[in-house]
Amino acid sequence: MGELEALDLLLGLALVALAWRLLAAPDLFEGIVLFVTFGLLLSFAWVRLGAPDVALAEAAIGAGLTGALLLDARGAMPGASVEGPARLRWPVAVLAAATGGVLVAAVLTLPAAPAGLEGAVAARLEESGVAHPVTAVLLNFRGYDTLLELGVLWLAWLAVAAAGPRPDPRPELRPDLRAEAPTGPVLAALVSQLVPLLILVGAYLLWAGAHAPGGAFQAGAILAGGGVLLRLSGVPLPEAARAAPVVGLGFALFLGVGLAQAAAGRRFLELLPAQAHDLLVLVEVAATVSIAAVLAALFAGRRSVS
Amino acid sequence: MTLATWYALVGALLAALGLHGAVVRRHLLRKVLALNLAASGVFLLLVAPGARGPTTDPVPQAMVITGIVVAVSASALAIWLARRLHAETGRAALPDAEDDRA
Repeated sequence: MGELEALDLLLGLALVALAWRLLAAPDLFEGIVLFVTFGLLLSFAWVRLGAPDVALAEAAIGAGLTGALLLDARGAMPGASVEGPARLRWPVAVLAAATGGVLVAAVLTLPAAPAGLEGAVAARLEESGVAHPVTAVLLNFRGYDTLLELGVLWLAWLAVAAAGPRPDPRPELRPDLRAEAPTGPVLAALVSQLVPLLILVGAYLLWAGAHAPGGAFQAGAILAGGGVLLRLSGVPLPEAARAAPVVGLGFALFLGVGLAQAAAGRRFLELLPAQAHDLLVLVEVAATVSIAAVLAALFAGRRSVS
Repeated sequence: MTLATWYALVGALLAALGLHGAVVRRHLLRKVLALNLAASGVFLLLVAPGARGPTTDPVPQAMVITGIVVAVSASALAIWLARRLHAETGRAALPDAEDDRA
């Protein structure tokens, strides 16, 4: 990777300072806005570390969706300020400092020669069905992780759905109290310009994932961002986008592909190089749809189901 | 110091800060914020040591992308539990949080 430059020192210090400030901020709103800022700076750090795939995921999910979820929750929990300025608690501070110290010591005593896996990935990249190493690891070499991750997403959706519908305290977001199009000309124009663009960017990232930074998770997160935007501007998402089959599609299809390999006498999720590309494209498309549906549903919840 | 070591050290600091915040802060949304910070620190610790060669190791990158999605799933669930608690009780912190300051 590149050399350590003044930019990196500034970026690292800014990340630590932002983290400190957002934890100590007396106002929760300020804390969340600083968290989104932190996420955007962190994605810049990922670029500096040569990890643009992680940068995309961080910007779309870490900063964008998590920030939107937190801001939305803050608005729905009015008058619940439980604390004043942050206090230092010594036993906890000592524990956290000790954890940090151990981690710092581990970093400083890493063996000098990197014993990574990039060589092993590069050697078998041809057999994976895609040309981008990160996508190859995600969907083929470590397919188990990704399968279980889609399972975790599905479980989170199930748990949120099981929490049941609740009236939102804000009348403007209650579907039963809201006019159909409350938006006003500026917001309406913005949404009509941005949402098609987000769909286009999502489709590009999905397509690019096979040979360049991008892929199902980033594409799904961008599409979910479009869903959140629609939700916030009062446009109801189509009922089909929240339907259980759409939400479970990615997990079910990936599991089916894995089981089909086992049924054909290979190991679970072991893809033949000749078929890998087609199967991975199929899995990626299904995963994108499911990730977008779950992330948008986690934001909207069951609130809009009447 | 190299680029990789620097960002790994930043990650270690963020993990410690987040851990402290997650225990000390009482508002449940602040706990979610702090845990996300700690997770970001751990992600940096995973990827940065793989950036010491000419290219960045794709395996920890893939693990961290998985981790980011799992983190947002867990955060969404935690936020919904917090909202549910607030809707039921009007509180944004766990009931015994005030008494455990020993």
